[in-house]
Amino acid sequence: MAQQEPEQESGRMLTMSRAMVEAIAHEMHENEEVFYMGEDVADYGGIFDSTDGLLDEFDHDRIMDVPISETAYLGAAVGAAQEGMRPIAELMFVDFFGVCMDQIYNQMAKNTYMSGGSVNVPMVLTTAVGGTYNDAAQHSQTLYGTFAHLPGMKVVVPSTAYDAKGLMHNAIRDDDPVVYLFHKRLMGIGWMPAPDGPKTAVPEDDYTIPFGNADIKRKGDDVTVVTLGLHVHRALEAADSLADDDIETEVIDLRTLVPLDTETVQESVEKTGRLVVVDEDYRSFGVTGEIIASVAEGSLDDLDAVERVAVPDVPLPYARPLENEVIPGTDDIIETVQNVHSNS
Amino acid sequence: MFDDMVTARNYEERLQEEYLEGKQPAFDISAGPIPGELHLAAGHEASGAGVCQHLREDDTVTAPHRPHHVAIAKGVDLKRMTAEIFGRQAGLCKGKGGHMHLFDPDVKFACSGIIAEGCPPAVGAGLAAKKRNTDSVAVAFLGEGAIDQGAFLESLNLASVQNLPVVFVIEDNDWAISMPKERVTDVENGSQRADGFDLPGVRVDSDDAIAIYETAKKAVGRARDGNGPTLIEVQVHRRMGHFMGDPESYRPETDTEAAQQRDSIERLASDLRAHGVDEEEIEEIRDNAHDRVEEAIEWAKDQPEPEPEEAYEDVFSNPPSGVTDTEPSIEIRPSGGDD
Repeated sequence: MAQQEPEQESGRMLTMSRAMVEAIAHEMHENEEVFYMGEDVADYGGIFDSTDGLLDEFDHDRIMDVPISETAYLGAAVGAAQEGMRPIAELMFVDFFGVCMDQIYNQMAKNTYMSGGSVNVPMVLTTAVGGTYNDAAQHSQTLYGTFAHLPGMKVVVPSTAYDAKGLMHNAIRDDDPVVYLFHKRLMGIGWMPAPDGPKTAVPEDDYTIPFGNADIKRKGDDVTVVTLGLHVHRALEAADSLADDDIETEVIDLRTLVPLDTETVQESVEKTGRLVVVDEDYRSFGVTGEIIASVAEGSLDDLDAVERVAVPDVPLPYARPLENEVIPGTDDIIETVQNVHSNS
Repeated sequence: MFDDMVTARNYEERLQEEYLEGKQPAFDISAGPIPGELHLAAGHEASGAGVCQHLREDDTVTAPHRPHHVAIAKGVDLKRMTAEIFGRQAGLCKGKGGHMHLFDPDVKFACSGIIAEGCPPAVGAGLAAKKRNTDSVAVAFLGEGAIDQGAFLESLNLASVQNLPVVFVIEDNDWAISMPKERVTDVENGSQRADGFDLPGVRVDSDDAIAIYETAKKAVGRARDGNGPTLIEVQVHRRMGHFMGDPESYRPETDTEAAQQRDSIERLASDLRAHGVDEEEIEEIRDNAHDRVEEAIEWAKDQPEPEPEEAYEDVFSNPPSGVTDTEPSIEIRPSGGDD
């Protein structure tokens, strides 16, 4: 299902971080029970600008800096959410999940189920993902698949400012725990230039983008490329180049992994017969395998050719030639789409 | 000790210059010869030098994300460390680790980019020493921002209850990125954390290298003699931002100025003069350090970058059969459906 067109009246272009913050601020104004906590989120404004400017509007009780103790404050968010508040808790880098995963997957994600539905956990866990700036294996992962694999969390991955705002409104209003994974390279931070694309027109009023609605970011009849996050933009760049060779690529942005919109993907594959799945997460046991499995289950007869492009199963290396090798680039997508196109 | 401190300062000043190359006019973290984050330890030198003076090659050190001064004091190969920071093939980790993840098993040095996560491995090294009945010790360095982290508190407990030869060294520079310690911890000093685990907690209130040296001497000696762990906290100063590019808008300028005015290196130079070391000798140490640093940086920059396919090596030290560690695992054959 294609997203509604952004309202063009204002023509207001926002970076992804500004769009996220606008949604958070709106929800905090509307509902006293919403608050934000994390490391360096108040005075600093978030290392990746995820909370930039919130301290100008709210005091330290609403936008809380916390000690470096992820188990304690993420667990505290779970507790506050179970009391009916709507906390947003930030884990600075997704790579740090190992410090506090018990609170995430044994508490936040499972309490609703274990309580037979009598308890709910209406919180948002925000966290930065992604490489491309040579920060090595403990600060560059995406881990989309890890969170989507473990049941009980809704998993959101915006790729544009418009989506980031609408998905954030929905995340805060959702009665379940939502993991909101934002890619550093898309935020529009001064020191990490974003590609063209994530900065979009964004309506000033609030709006929601329902979860489980993949967005067709480019229409095409020849090959379906399914992706998310930063790689939506790399896939769009690849599609521009492929169009010069008369290969029309349909680029589907999943936007949420849980729930997953398999219908939009299957409809596209019914049309193109060819599928490429692109992911910045590790190749095995992840998003690429899941998407391909769901298409195989649902529309095997339509599938003429399929390939995946992902990080091979190695930790993210530091040196530039090594990182470039393992994180899929636009060229990798072009080559794979050409392969799929010519091999079917 | 003075040599280590001067080398560390000089080294990081040169790294800073190299790091900023290509990142101008607008700071772009991924540009230039040294990409990624860079956390410099200017103002921390006395801690690494004063503690590591008491350590042997067979003693283990774990450092956090701000590791260079400790690495230098522990005797990590300067050339190969530099090559690692420049992302070169000859680097300590073949370009895979980078500045936050330096490993030099020859001198038993390692570091981690995750807060407090070097503590448990240091406890493990202490456990190994105890089980093997050797007198080697382990030292874990951490920042004052790490003292609320579970990994640190659990490590104190395990080291204490097992009476392990471990020294924990908190480097208190007053700031955990933008968070001043009084806003995140209710105890005045991190060394008080020791009280809850029945081990000695000592604080050195200044970055006086000699005072740190004396305190560490007792703690390391105690561990080596089989008398268990000690927690030391030393006051150091963060002379610059948390990482290169940190705008530090959260920090009062007076605080930065005060940190810059305190200089443990100049303080130690004065102490050396007072003890009769002549100026010529002090200058010679400075000159030698400078030469060593220049040599390491020039050498590192001359080294080739790794070949892209090296990215697939070293995932396992013993690759499982059927998996060729050196081949890209990304090759996928298109599967045919109904044509």
